[in-house]
Amino acid sequence: MVTLMVKRFGFMIFTMIVVSVILFLLLETDLTGDPAIRVLGQFSNEEQREMWREQHGYNQPVMVRYVKWLGNFATGDLGESIRFKGPVADVMLPRLWNTAILGFWTFAIMIPLSLTLGVLSGMKEGSKLDRSISVFGILTTSVPEFASAVIFSSLFVFGLKWLPGTSSMSGGFEFKQLILPAMVLIVYDFGYVARMTRASMAEVMTSQYVRTAVLKGLPYKSVIVKHALRNALIAPFTVIMLQINWLLSGVIVVEFFFAYKGFGALILEASLNNDIALLEACAMVAVCVAVTTQTLADIGYTFLNPRIRFS
Amino acid sequence: MDTSTATTKMPTAGYGAAIWRGLKSFGLLRESWVGMVGAFLVLFWVLVAILAPLLAPFDPNSSIQPFAKPMMAAAKGGTFWLGTDHIGRDILSRIIWGSRTVLIYAPLATICAYTVGILMGLAAGYRGGWVDDVLSRIADIILSFPVLVLYIIIIATIGASGLNIIIAITFASSPGIMRIVRGLVLDLRNRDYVAAAQTRGESDWKVMLVEILPNARGPLIVDACLRLGYVIITIGVLGFLGLGLPPPDPDWGGMVNETRQMAMAFPHMTLFPCIAISSLILGFNLLADGLREISLRD
Repeated sequence: MVTLMVKRFGFMIFTMIVVSVILFLLLETDLTGDPAIRVLGQFSNEEQREMWREQHGYNQPVMVRYVKWLGNFATGDLGESIRFKGPVADVMLPRLWNTAILGFWTFAIMIPLSLTLGVLSGMKEGSKLDRSISVFGILTTSVPEFASAVIFSSLFVFGLKWLPGTSSMSGGFEFKQLILPAMVLIVYDFGYVARMTRASMAEVMTSQYVRTAVLKGLPYKSVIVKHALRNALIAPFTVIMLQINWLLSGVIVVEFFFAYKGFGALILEASLNNDIALLEACAMVAVCVAVTTQTLADIGYTFLNPRIRFS
Repeated sequence: MDTSTATTKMPTAGYGAAIWRGLKSFGLLRESWVGMVGAFLVLFWVLVAILAPLLAPFDPNSSIQPFAKPMMAAAKGGTFWLGTDHIGRDILSRIIWGSRTVLIYAPLATICAYTVGILMGLAAGYRGGWVDDVLSRIADIILSFPVLVLYIIIIATIGASGLNIIIAITFASSPGIMRIVRGLVLDLRNRDYVAAAQTRGESDWKVMLVEILPNARGPLIVDACLRLGYVIITIGVLGFLGLGLPPPDPDWGGMVNETRQMAMAFPHMTLFPCIAISSLILGFNLLADGLREISLRD
């Protein structure tokens, strides 16, 4: 257990370093185009570019620059955003908080919903309920987020006029503006989690010990709640943790569509405006969150599953 | 003379039998109505894409009459069945031609990703050892990126074009395919027929490609169907975010991006491309579900 944790954390740090090298090579070196041109634009002249390189230390050797860059990063100096004219950290933190709120509500509704549906359809594999839930899940996962955003806003914003069409929160936080973005994310994702839960539940239901419990004459309800669920919910735990990685992709589309001032929209803005410092910082944070949740998922799975924990 | 005809006939008969077997296994789809619906949707869009020049009532890129509502008659004859967009291009024609864009780029990108992923997976699973370690670590690192963040970074640095989208998709999805192939190979490499081939002295790559790969095809076909759906979503999302194929050629995601600001007054401009892309993805997902159901039954 301890060796596994050390191994996982070691790999996590290794991943972060490799990712930082990749980002640095892609965005800060000439590998994919001159960074001076990327920042100053096509119409800058060579003199301006040279001055900019001198000012920002781009004439030093690559290795020196990478170590300096990483050092600044590690000490919390993320650089200046060109687009927002301020330190990257000041721009990013409020955006991260907004996305955390959106993510919280998405998960708070999606997890109970998908677990319930998954358990219900896994309990009786091949039943009518099972088939309809699984087809419904396929249907909702087949609609890309931007398409369901369009469909929901035509319905609830333009048609029924129940909800606001943008979620910029310009007049302070308003829960009503959070409903549509969260709904789009939930609808796209719950099918997948439900499907994984169903598979896990169906497997447990065919196991010997559940059969024994049923044959022993225990009431069906207590077989499900006391025996089957405990084992069936181990696998979905990993799936749910890994959905955080997916959510970081999903929020980009949804926040862009609804003009929600979150982290996903920020990454897109940074890339469309060639705001290198901001893009690097956002990408590092995104990968950091993703890798941390994956590590926690791995360790959590081992901890929850006694067959691995004690072996 | 006789022997030469016999030898030339042999392979054609082999191919014929293979094609016949393929058709027969496709016929098995009849047993799964979900798979049938999926196959129908996919077939529908493939036909639309092939017959695009015949089906499209107008030129997809020419400006005819802006802001026409659906079913409106065009001034110069013909009907805008699904209306026109803000520049006056016929939406039905753009959707029909857009199906070509999707059905060319998505399979191409999927095939590229599969080629890379299969080769990596075969090498990792069959050779094992340090090859496996290195390839698996690379895959882990790429898979630890949130997928859309990866696309945005790649497209931001190498630019948006059809080729670059294929490169980005190959880069981002081949590690996932590699993992699946690796798992299958680990199971298959201990079979007797593999040992027989090794004893015959076949080269490693021949064993991998001729003995192992064909026997791993079942799960891979199902996964390819699902992945095609994901790739279509990706191409649509990139188009929607303004990182997709450059205009003016029609692309479903791009159509949504261009007109979504006017969705309040003219919902038809955004709604129809959304329905088109969703139905195609649904087709692939249902087909994958049907194929899996059939493969589990045997």
